[in-house]
Amino acid sequence: MVEQVRKLLDKRLKTPEELEKLRQSIISDKDTSRILISVCGGTGCRASGAEAVVDAFAEEIERLELQAKIEFKETGCHGFCERGPVVLIGPKKIFYQHVQPEDVPEIVAETVLQGKPIQRLLYTDPATNEEITYETDVPFYKRQTRLILGANGEIDPTDIEQYIAAGGYSALSKALFHMTPEKIISEVTDSGLRGRGGGGFPTGRKWQSCLKAKGDIKYVLCNADEGDPGAYQDRSILEGNPHSVIEGMIIGAYAIGSNNGYIYVRNEYPLAVERTIIALEQAMDYGFLGENILGSGFNFTITINKGGGAFVCGESSALIASLEGKIGEPKAKYTHMSEKGLWDKPSLLNNVKTWANVPLIVNKGTDWYSKIGTKGSKGTMIFSLVGKINNSGLVEVPMGITLREMIYDIGGGIPGGKKFKAVQTGGPSGGCIPEEYLDTPVDFDELTKLGSMMGSGGMIVMDEDNCMVDVARYFIEFLKGESCGKCVPCREGLAKMSEILNRISHGQGKPEDIEVMTDLGEILNNGALCALGRSAANPVLSTIKYFKDEYLAHINDKKCPAGVCRELIEYSIDPDKCTGCGACVRACSTNAISGEKKEPHVINQGMCIKCGACYDTCKFDAVIKG
Amino acid sequence: MDTGLDFTTIQTILESNAEKVEKLIESYISKKEQLISLLQDVQAEFNYIPQDVIIRISQRLEIPLSQVFSVATFFQAFSLKPRGRHTITVCLGTACHIKGGQRLVDKLGRDYDLKPGETTEDMRFSLETANCLGCCALGPVVVIDGKYESKVTPDKLDKILKKYE
Repeated sequence: MVEQVRKLLDKRLKTPEELEKLRQSIISDKDTSRILISVCGGTGCRASGAEAVVDAFAEEIERLELQAKIEFKETGCHGFCERGPVVLIGPKKIFYQHVQPEDVPEIVAETVLQGKPIQRLLYTDPATNEEITYETDVPFYKRQTRLILGANGEIDPTDIEQYIAAGGYSALSKALFHMTPEKIISEVTDSGLRGRGGGGFPTGRKWQSCLKAKGDIKYVLCNADEGDPGAYQDRSILEGNPHSVIEGMIIGAYAIGSNNGYIYVRNEYPLAVERTIIALEQAMDYGFLGENILGSGFNFTITINKGGGAFVCGESSALIASLEGKIGEPKAKYTHMSEKGLWDKPSLLNNVKTWANVPLIVNKGTDWYSKIGTKGSKGTMIFSLVGKINNSGLVEVPMGITLREMIYDIGGGIPGGKKFKAVQTGGPSGGCIPEEYLDTPVDFDELTKLGSMMGSGGMIVMDEDNCMVDVARYFIEFLKGESCGKCVPCREGLAKMSEILNRISHGQGKPEDIEVMTDLGEILNNGALCALGRSAANPVLSTIKYFKDEYLAHINDKKCPAGVCRELIEYSIDPDKCTGCGACVRACSTNAISGEKKEPHVINQGMCIKCGACYDTCKFDAVIKG
Repeated sequence: MDTGLDFTTIQTILESNAEKVEKLIESYISKKEQLISLLQDVQAEFNYIPQDVIIRISQRLEIPLSQVFSVATFFQAFSLKPRGRHTITVCLGTACHIKGGQRLVDKLGRDYDLKPGETTEDMRFSLETANCLGCCALGPVVVIDGKYESKVTPDKLDKILKKYE
């Protein structure tokens, strides 16, 4: 026990020089002749079986006693979740996709020991049919600027020394010993960094008003309640590089004069919680948190709080209520959070991505940072490019890249030769953008002009098989369920809109519905208490604006052109294509399909519940939806 | 309230865990603002939040019962009813929705008589839905007892569930 305590005490770095010494010794102690194998251990790859691959590598390395030759690590999310489990090998980063435990002995024998790539595990570019060996050549990665996510594939998030070796905590050391709080804030202001959580508020201004706010006790908060469905970048940062967020928070705390911080993270992200807790403990052990950080005299601690699964808690005042142990209801903001936030004390709340940008800005300077991006939006943004897209995953690009570049060059277009219909950005507060605006540069202001928003970076691609009325209905249902119920426009407005949209998708739409919803949308925009309610009508308003024809088809013709709204479609069997194999009969849970073996089958419409099981099962495309 | 468990069973479970509950609540005495975390710990222990525990928390931490109850009912993560041996969470985030997540919920309702927030009669499964589990590239996603399953179809779901008794 005494030994353990001593060891802990010894690890605490007492000066910036000690930090540099430690960094140098980690780097020089590293055996660079060892070949690096890194397996993505993010939640996405784990869902595809990465844990078994990690175990297989560990066993194989032990079996062949290759510990001296191989450096093996499980890292955070590499971003290309679609292709998981993803494995990178060697300094040139040979990129293997869909790796299974059975592949491991071959990878070690062929690639690691002999440098030979294994063809079947390589990525094939769908555009050129070319096999690509190295990660840097994969189109998905080639066009990205991975300032924040880059380290995810390099470091083991459970080992603080790897973060230190990669330059970690040097920004903190610089801020504490070479910058005044005012200087830090002016750097952040001049960098042009805007809040990455959705609102896009200038970060420096927030910091400035928090610095000026009166009070001995101030709080620094990290919003990791990433509730936007379809966005998971905050999760990946906390899972893959939690120290970058912690370092940003400590710098922010020093700048505004705070000694206590909180990270509010979703309970739905168990791995992010686990790794953040480990990172906080290690940061404490090494003296980056706690008292007298690096001998500067500055004290700061961070507590982690798990959310209870309410979307509204991503809203600042609701998040604070939840941190105080109350239900997550937003408050009207007569005073700013920077003056009266958590327990009525000045509080500085930033998103995970915003915090992760801070060490970069401090280290590399305003000039460097502000060169990236557009006039009004600086730096990079991380998008989760998902939905009907070939290369789905997390994408980090400079602000200002066009939607088309993102969807076609990085995302590789729409799968199955289907036609692009819309891209939904900004989560439930955002909107759907149609094809004609694909050349719009993506930044905070441009997306807002299109009636959508940046939000926390969700980018969900939809094709011709997606019904825009259904998408609007989905979001309104979601928001109705998540509305805290405190203010009337949000509570009643969303209930009414949901009723109308449900009616339309059931074929009972009325001609006046579109106008009523537009009016309701305006009321919500102007009258709701918090940002969630004020933006809640965006999914409806943007789909009405760009896809009015689809609404009219539902309302007037009682048809769902995309074949999604169940009440408006019918399944039937094409007798010319049906081989009578009987697969659909077995799939049908209501026994609605009948027919003789090897003869065309028929669907009894009275018994059909339109679940689509037959459509999915048929290998001969004989089931027709329409 | 029909919990599927008889009253004596619940009593026994609680009594045998009384000490554990006390200890857990005790550890939050100095940080009663972390009520949500405490309720999460209780839920992790019992798989739901028993009524007695809500009362006990209110007494020990001196938080009004109404506040403990409102927090326990406001957040989606908490269940006041005992849950089945296995918890199925179907993701209904946008990416999963457009790839057919709802069809999985429909299927569970149809073939297993299991609706969101409910438990099967034999206490085998409870069903929850989530707004987004953050595996958007691999939708539709289903999590069973913490294990993630990706690109799940109604057909595949049947096969997966066979593994859980």
